[in-house]
Amino acid sequence: MLNDFLILMKPELTVTVILFLLLFIKIGKGMKNETLLPLIQVLLLLNFLLGFFFNKQGVLFEGLYTSTSMIVFQKNILNLGVYLISLLCADWLRKTPHLPEFFMLMLSALLGMFFMISSGNLLMFYLSLELATIPVAAMANFDLEKKISSEAAMKMILSSAFSSGILLFGISLLYGATGTISFAELPAQLDGSPLQIMAFVFLFTAFAFKLSIVPFHLWTADVYEGSPIAVTSFLSVISKGSIAFIFISTLYKVFQPMEAIWYNMIVVLAIATMVIGNLFALRQQNIKRFLAFSSIAQVGFILVAISSNSPAGLSAVVYFVLIYVFSNLAAFGVASVISEKTGRENIDEYKGLYKTNPFLTWVLALALFSLAGVPPTAGFFGKLFLLTAGATKADYWFVTVAALNMIISLYYYLRITRAMFMDKNDQPIEKLRPDPSARLALLICTAGIILTGLLSWVYDYIVKLN
Amino acid sequence: MNLLLLIGIPLVAALAVLASRNAKQVRWISLTGATAQLIASFALLFAFKTERAAGNTAQMLFEQKHALFPAWNINFHLGVDGISIAMILLTSFVLVAGVLVSWNVEKMTKEFYFLLILLALGAYGFFISLDLFILFFFLEISVIPKYLLIGIWGSGKKEYSANKLALMLMGGSALILVGMLGLYFEGGRSFDLLQLSKMSFDTTTQHILFPLLFIGFGVFTALFPFHTWVPDGHSSAPTAGSMFLAGISMKLGGYGCLRVATYLLPEGAKEYANIIIVLSAIAILYGAFATMMQKDLKYINAYSSVSHVGFSLLGIGMLTQTAMTGAVMQMVSHGVMTALFFAVIGMIYDRTHTRMVADMGGLMKVMPFVATVFFIVGLCSLGLPGLSGFVAEMTVFVGSWEHADAFHRIATIAAAMSIVVTAVYILRAVGQTVMGPIKNEYIQLKDANWNEKLAAILLLAGILAIGIAPFWLNDLLKPGIEVIMQKLASVN
Repeated sequence: MLNDFLILMKPELTVTVILFLLLFIKIGKGMKNETLLPLIQVLLLLNFLLGFFFNKQGVLFEGLYTSTSMIVFQKNILNLGVYLISLLCADWLRKTPHLPEFFMLMLSALLGMFFMISSGNLLMFYLSLELATIPVAAMANFDLEKKISSEAAMKMILSSAFSSGILLFGISLLYGATGTISFAELPAQLDGSPLQIMAFVFLFTAFAFKLSIVPFHLWTADVYEGSPIAVTSFLSVISKGSIAFIFISTLYKVFQPMEAIWYNMIVVLAIATMVIGNLFALRQQNIKRFLAFSSIAQVGFILVAISSNSPAGLSAVVYFVLIYVFSNLAAFGVASVISEKTGRENIDEYKGLYKTNPFLTWVLALALFSLAGVPPTAGFFGKLFLLTAGATKADYWFVTVAALNMIISLYYYLRITRAMFMDKNDQPIEKLRPDPSARLALLICTAGIILTGLLSWVYDYIVKLN
Repeated sequence: MNLLLLIGIPLVAALAVLASRNAKQVRWISLTGATAQLIASFALLFAFKTERAAGNTAQMLFEQKHALFPAWNINFHLGVDGISIAMILLTSFVLVAGVLVSWNVEKMTKEFYFLLILLALGAYGFFISLDLFILFFFLEISVIPKYLLIGIWGSGKKEYSANKLALMLMGGSALILVGMLGLYFEGGRSFDLLQLSKMSFDTTTQHILFPLLFIGFGVFTALFPFHTWVPDGHSSAPTAGSMFLAGISMKLGGYGCLRVATYLLPEGAKEYANIIIVLSAIAILYGAFATMMQKDLKYINAYSSVSHVGFSLLGIGMLTQTAMTGAVMQMVSHGVMTALFFAVIGMIYDRTHTRMVADMGGLMKVMPFVATVFFIVGLCSLGLPGLSGFVAEMTVFVGSWEHADAFHRIATIAAAMSIVVTAVYILRAVGQTVMGPIKNEYIQLKDANWNEKLAAILLLAGILAIGIAPFWLNDLLKPGIEVIMQKLASVN
């Protein structure tokens, strides 16, 4: 029993151990950021690597906590993302006065996400969701001297509280209608009565808030813009990824009987999310806001695959999130290097970047092409599989709309590429020397962007986990 | 022969270019790679001929199949028939010539050649793939190189042209993607071209999917009214870029229209054949008349490309063996011809620093080689017997005339009339450029360098090889076209 417990909850336990280690360092003598940051990076790397060993499937606490090889893999993706963020934002992290607290918050949020993905019960799900959200709001406030950062934190905490309220309401209604909150028992109780549908809609809304699905996306851009880039990338990659994972498993496992209802909801919301995310991204000048709206549009594409209600949909989404981790973190990483060294975040200021910083330019260009879904980058395969999964229902109009949205998204991704490669600038950003760890992380991301697609066994591996 | 070689050589060359230290190394590595590829293409041609002569009548030769994404039933399935080999030869010719012509590119040489080779890699991969998924992958792979080549090394309103081209081609790809997914799900979850060709899709499916695929590929090959990226893209691109865009990239679309849309969806092709004919006849005439109004040499060739490529679409739309053979011949012929045309325009521009016809004159006196090549390629464009243009266009017309009804006759006559217009603009442009009194500022100009001469001679050889002895090309294409015709005949 204890053995099972230790092995099944290994990802959570490792994160908790690191968390406490940081706490001891903080309340003990304290450490300089210069020594602490590499230590944290190594710990996170170990945490990521440990995720590949001693894995087991099983259920704990009478169904409260479940672990499957797919769930373990999803946690590994999140671990990888956190590790990459710790490398990419090294410049900013080193300067922040409260480094241990920052990572304590980030790891608590990560812990919440782990429990959330593993939850087998609505109560557990709700608790872990809160654990995954509240620390992030505190993190958003970490640019202490910037007003916009506090504003972002405030907006985030208010909108999260609101969506949590809706979620709780939905859970209570569902409990009232079915008499159970266990994921395993719920499907048998679902008969599509109006009260259940009502409860489901509330639950769905809460998910939509967290995933920033249009029309619940309004908090996204402001929060992304105000937060430090380390937090923005955490929010847009790790948070989004984890919510997408639990969203898809709730829909497929728990709400399977109500498929006829949620299929239509997802189709409508996916189209709205893609179109509106894309149209807003067209006009953005700030690179963080730009990436915020583009990530909204990406969620729309994820919804396309989710609508398929098939194992193929699940593997396509997991695969896409993996690629998205590499692509989006690379984009944010470059933005972070530039913003930290020069304070520039405007797309117009990226003009002529290629002349001075060819490495950064290529990484950003590849990341953007991957986000746009242009080969040979992995994003091409990711997007294509999302759409292929979406087409299993033979709803070709839906897929056509998605495919046409890829054109719009290409347009705005090209805008940045054009600024960097082609436009002239009298005062281009000077030659930057990114931190070695940031450089390493950018290389890892680049390798990921190119190889995840071309090495086809990666996708195969994910399919076999299912 | 292992077809992976055709992808492997450019890949190795591209990586070697990335690893090289200076511009000189880059040039020589690229030239070596391109030449090796040309040799490999000829080796493929001879291996193919030997196999066929030995009585191997399989539809595709040198097939190989590796599982890529087994979950989706996607395979790395390669194979060639005569049509693909003709296209591969064309690509190799243009690649070598493109590398030679760009010898003097000083700005970011390494990146330039890397992108150029990547572009070629996409084309080779496209022509040998028998799985729609990897075919699409190779088709799309060229988006980044095209965009950057035009945007960085181009001239004029290059950013606008690069954007327009990338977005319009992406639009075409989106249509192809949907059509492809339709084929996949209706055809028993397979992207395999040969497997799909054995399926019989029901009539409604064919009527929906055919336009998606045909228009999608049509955007690549300047199907009217989706041709608008052509003039801007071609005229803004650097010389080698224009050569590739007009010579190869447009042929990707034509090949796709034939091999994917028409071959897999014969009923759809029959249903929409008349629309294709009308659109391509419009393209032919419109392109020709629009060319008359152009004053810039690159625009002249770009618009005339719209007109010339219209002949291949016309040939496909006619759905007869002869016309289709002519269509493919026209793709090859136009590929070589237009590449040479753009190469010569590039040579002239490098020396005179203008592309305006009115600003030139008497170039024959200072650069006889360039002027002569320009003259020959002009004559090829207007369809002089003995050169490749005549053979291809004539075949299309003969094939079209096999239909005895008024509609096809009128379309054919309308298309044929464009030749007169072509003669007008070609003779005018060539005449004003190379004949007449020479301007003072041009007296010092020098004739072509060794690399330019080599490129021109190579492409000229291609034009003459098709023009004087078209039989070998016809024999090469025949079995491939017959398969498509059989499939067309199998539906009422």
